[in-house]
Amino acid sequence: MKHHMTRRDFGLGAAATGALLTGTGLGRSARAATKPIKIGSLLPRSGYEALIGQGCQRSVDLAKKMLPEMGYAIEVVDADTESKPEVARTQAEKLIREGVEILVGAFDSGQTFAIAQVAEQNGIPFVINIGSDPAITEQGYKFVFRNFPTSVMLGEHGLARFNDLFKATSTTPKTAVLMIVNDTFGQTMLKGINMLMPKANLPFHIVETISYDPQAKDLSIEVAKAKAAKADIHMAVTRLNDAILMVREMVKQKYEPMGIISPGSPGMYQTQFMKVLGKYADYAITNIPWLDPKQSFAHTFEAAWNKAYPDDICTLDAGFTFEGFLIIGDAYKRAGSTKPQALVEALKATNIKDRIMIGGPITFDAKGQNVNLPSGVLQILKGKPTVVLPAENAEAKPVFPVPSWSARS
Amino acid sequence: MRGVFLLGLSPRVAAALGLFVAVMLALPFFVNDYIVSVLVVVLFAAYFGQSWNIVTGFAGQLSLGHALYVGLGAYTSAALFVHFGLPPWLGMPAGMAVAAVAGSLIAALSFRFRVGGVYFALLTIAFAEFIRILFGHFKWVGATEGLFLPVANLAHQDLLRLRGSPRMFYYFLLALTLGALGLSHLLLNRRIGYYWQAIREDEEAAQALGINVFRCKVLAMALSAALTALGGGFLAFYDNNLYPDTVFAIGRSVEIITAPIIGGLGTLFGPILGAFLLTTLGEAMTSLTSGVEIDGLKQWLYGAALLAIVALQPAGIWPWLRRLIGLEPRR
Amino acid sequence: MLYLNIIVAGLLTGLVYGLMALGLSVIFGVIRVVNFAHGEMMVVAMYATYLASTVTGLDPLLMLVPVTVLLFLLGYALQRLLINRYIARPDHEQFLLLLALATVITASLLMGFGPDARNVQLDYAYDSYQIGGLLLDKVRVIAAAGATLGAAALWAFFRFTRTGKAIRACADNQIGAQVVGLDVKRLYAITFGLGAACVGAAGALMLLLVDVEPYIATDYTLLAFIIVILGGLGSMPGALLGGVLVGVSEALSGFVIEPSFKSAFSFALLILVLLVRPQGLLGRA
Repeated sequence: MKHHMTRRDFGLGAAATGALLTGTGLGRSARAATKPIKIGSLLPRSGYEALIGQGCQRSVDLAKKMLPEMGYAIEVVDADTESKPEVARTQAEKLIREGVEILVGAFDSGQTFAIAQVAEQNGIPFVINIGSDPAITEQGYKFVFRNFPTSVMLGEHGLARFNDLFKATSTTPKTAVLMIVNDTFGQTMLKGINMLMPKANLPFHIVETISYDPQAKDLSIEVAKAKAAKADIHMAVTRLNDAILMVREMVKQKYEPMGIISPGSPGMYQTQFMKVLGKYADYAITNIPWLDPKQSFAHTFEAAWNKAYPDDICTLDAGFTFEGFLIIGDAYKRAGSTKPQALVEALKATNIKDRIMIGGPITFDAKGQNVNLPSGVLQILKGKPTVVLPAENAEAKPVFPVPSWSARS
Repeated sequence: MRGVFLLGLSPRVAAALGLFVAVMLALPFFVNDYIVSVLVVVLFAAYFGQSWNIVTGFAGQLSLGHALYVGLGAYTSAALFVHFGLPPWLGMPAGMAVAAVAGSLIAALSFRFRVGGVYFALLTIAFAEFIRILFGHFKWVGATEGLFLPVANLAHQDLLRLRGSPRMFYYFLLALTLGALGLSHLLLNRRIGYYWQAIREDEEAAQALGINVFRCKVLAMALSAALTALGGGFLAFYDNNLYPDTVFAIGRSVEIITAPIIGGLGTLFGPILGAFLLTTLGEAMTSLTSGVEIDGLKQWLYGAALLAIVALQPAGIWPWLRRLIGLEPRR
Repeated sequence: MLYLNIIVAGLLTGLVYGLMALGLSVIFGVIRVVNFAHGEMMVVAMYATYLASTVTGLDPLLMLVPVTVLLFLLGYALQRLLINRYIARPDHEQFLLLLALATVITASLLMGFGPDARNVQLDYAYDSYQIGGLLLDKVRVIAAAGATLGAAALWAFFRFTRTGKAIRACADNQIGAQVVGLDVKRLYAITFGLGAACVGAAGALMLLLVDVEPYIATDYTLLAFIIVILGGLGSMPGALLGGVLVGVSEALSGFVIEPSFKSAFSFALLILVLLVRPQGLLGRA
């Protein structure tokens, strides 16, 4: 089945959603009857993470509109963490004083940590939309739920996809160079990669690991070093701006590995990456959870997104943020109460099958972590992030090895 | 006429101080947890500001890298707790010692080589940044992955291991702030305090008077660093997670010094007043702009307010307010 | 050959850094104010270049002159209206003033342009020259050439023009300058304008190399500090030397040791220089 929803279809799609969800048992009760649950949403909307925070906020704004239409009674109070943990903390306290019954946020691990502590102390449930530090769900928190892979999970699931890619393209690279950002995210992932490489049964080994400063304004030396390693594939764990700098330098230095593959990091699928690099953004591969092209709700969501924000690509940030609100709406509906304990019990029993992202139904383990979050292989094709593996979710076939820089038009 | 009871304070000042302490002690009973968490931020800012005030306000040496000492205090006490289970009451003095050594070293190196003024200020930034990057590679304290303190169930207050609610931290920080206020008052009225002020006003003249300028300046830095590190220890146990990029951030150094400058550099109460004003201002701006969907407006207003204060009261709010309410120091 | 490539890349980037730092150095050398909003001013220049070249569709290099002029005027006005009142005030007050200014600038940019990184698309952005084994990045060569020209122009101004000579006299002896009837206020404003113009030119060139977003300013302010202190605050050739030194040493240390450690290396260099030669490599004692 190959069904693309265009923007024109959206009106139809939205109308169909209600029916569809009722059919699957999600939209059972009428929306008018229940008092909405008051959700406190915390995101870094200013400060150095403003770009990503404002991106997530767009998804929050969509959730405010779409979820009530789908029969979930929610009301959202927004707060800005200013990209600072201490502000995240006071804002979380403030939201709770303003009568918020559940919290959601906060993209960044440090801020998420701060909010988690407030949530625990006040006995208010907290759903993490994005935040990958493995330590967050290792604290024995009772009120914290995370529907996002830890960086170790990301690394593990990302590495697992390498063999799928090689098999699908009948290739066997022997060596790799790894460029990795030296921040919390990069280093926890590096730990995961080093731990899992021997077990992953991959045909290649990493000949050199180049860890670089997250604030780097210039990656020419790093890329020169990577090029000098003469490896078959270029692995990269990046953020956004450094991903752009890296690829730009690779083009300039005529560094042509078989392909650039991220085992699971942001950057090489974000709107800005494609906008700035144009044809050079093409064929970059990221193994990451993504919107599942085979889920009808993913299409509905993406269509709504494209209608509201035609200039921005609907990424996993948008998907996971929306799912965070979906999880809350669903839990509240089942709990039938805003009492923390009732909400926590309902969250524990979460089992959402009609979701946006790739993977089985959303469920939480005893630590409050969703472990059903596999990665797909995502490749930029014709300027659009496209799921190319696993085959059952794919929209196109992977291109690997990739065409050389000069052969692109 | 000179009031002589209670540490040589005038009756008016003593009464004002008593009122302030009473209000601060009672406050948590009347406000909600949000306000308490904001007050904790205020008190951290006030205490760090007071600590910094010693080296810059009293001794006149502009340090722009105090996040370094916050970080050393925080990391030392947290690492000792995480790795060896050492309670913070032993870990924090260790952190203070580490910071004092670092502070003296930086000061001694700079002053020995006659690095002063703006050069000294920039040198303190350089050291703080250098150590930040170093900690980003220091595996024993988690490097950039971060260092985490186990978060216990916070239903009860564990005074020994500093696990507890914001209210508990509020009282500890209030004690620190009042302690620093007392200490500053004491120091200013001792010989060392007079030496510092002499150096601040005119270093060459102080030298000519036979003051050991070098030793005084190093001492100011060491003391300031140690006190800052003590606050850093509390910060570690309050935050429970430490990342080099946030703990040692330049932004933190800047925040530390903003409050005392706004409040009144070199004054006793300036850092506390500045902390109250700035945090309240920040929270007010947040509430004010919460209905408006313009990200960045809050920072803009905050910056504009800072500009206005520097333009109208460049010497700080406290010296002006003190005149206004008749708490002028008498000589 | 690899090392030569790396050294040359560091050298080229270093020259642009040098031009940026030159602005800071000129301002401090004459007015004795440390411009803590230096990076912010450069980011303003980068946005101005971005805006002008996207609106007109012209090459950002053509915007170099208008943006430089614009920044000169901004700097001139800033000194005249605001900073002049603080020249005789203590360091910490100047610091807070410029910090507040920096906050306002960054917030304005965030409100005006949003948090997205902006850049200009150039046809030649990915070109490079190949000379034997040496691979030269075209935009870097252009930027470095521009920076060298800018520095030369500034040097000529101070050397040969009446105003330039008057400013130098003012820097050497402010009271003396006043006594012989120089309009110090105006000269200071021109100096601040010139410093801002340097950052303006550097910003326009920098846009060829990096994307601009509101929050990158602090890093550049810091970088400018390192460079001018290395070279000597107030010394013009020192700023260029410092820039090249930082560019090359970061490149080499990034290659030989570990890239994530390279900025620590510049800080270490700075600490070393300050302790051994506090006035900087080419500064006057």
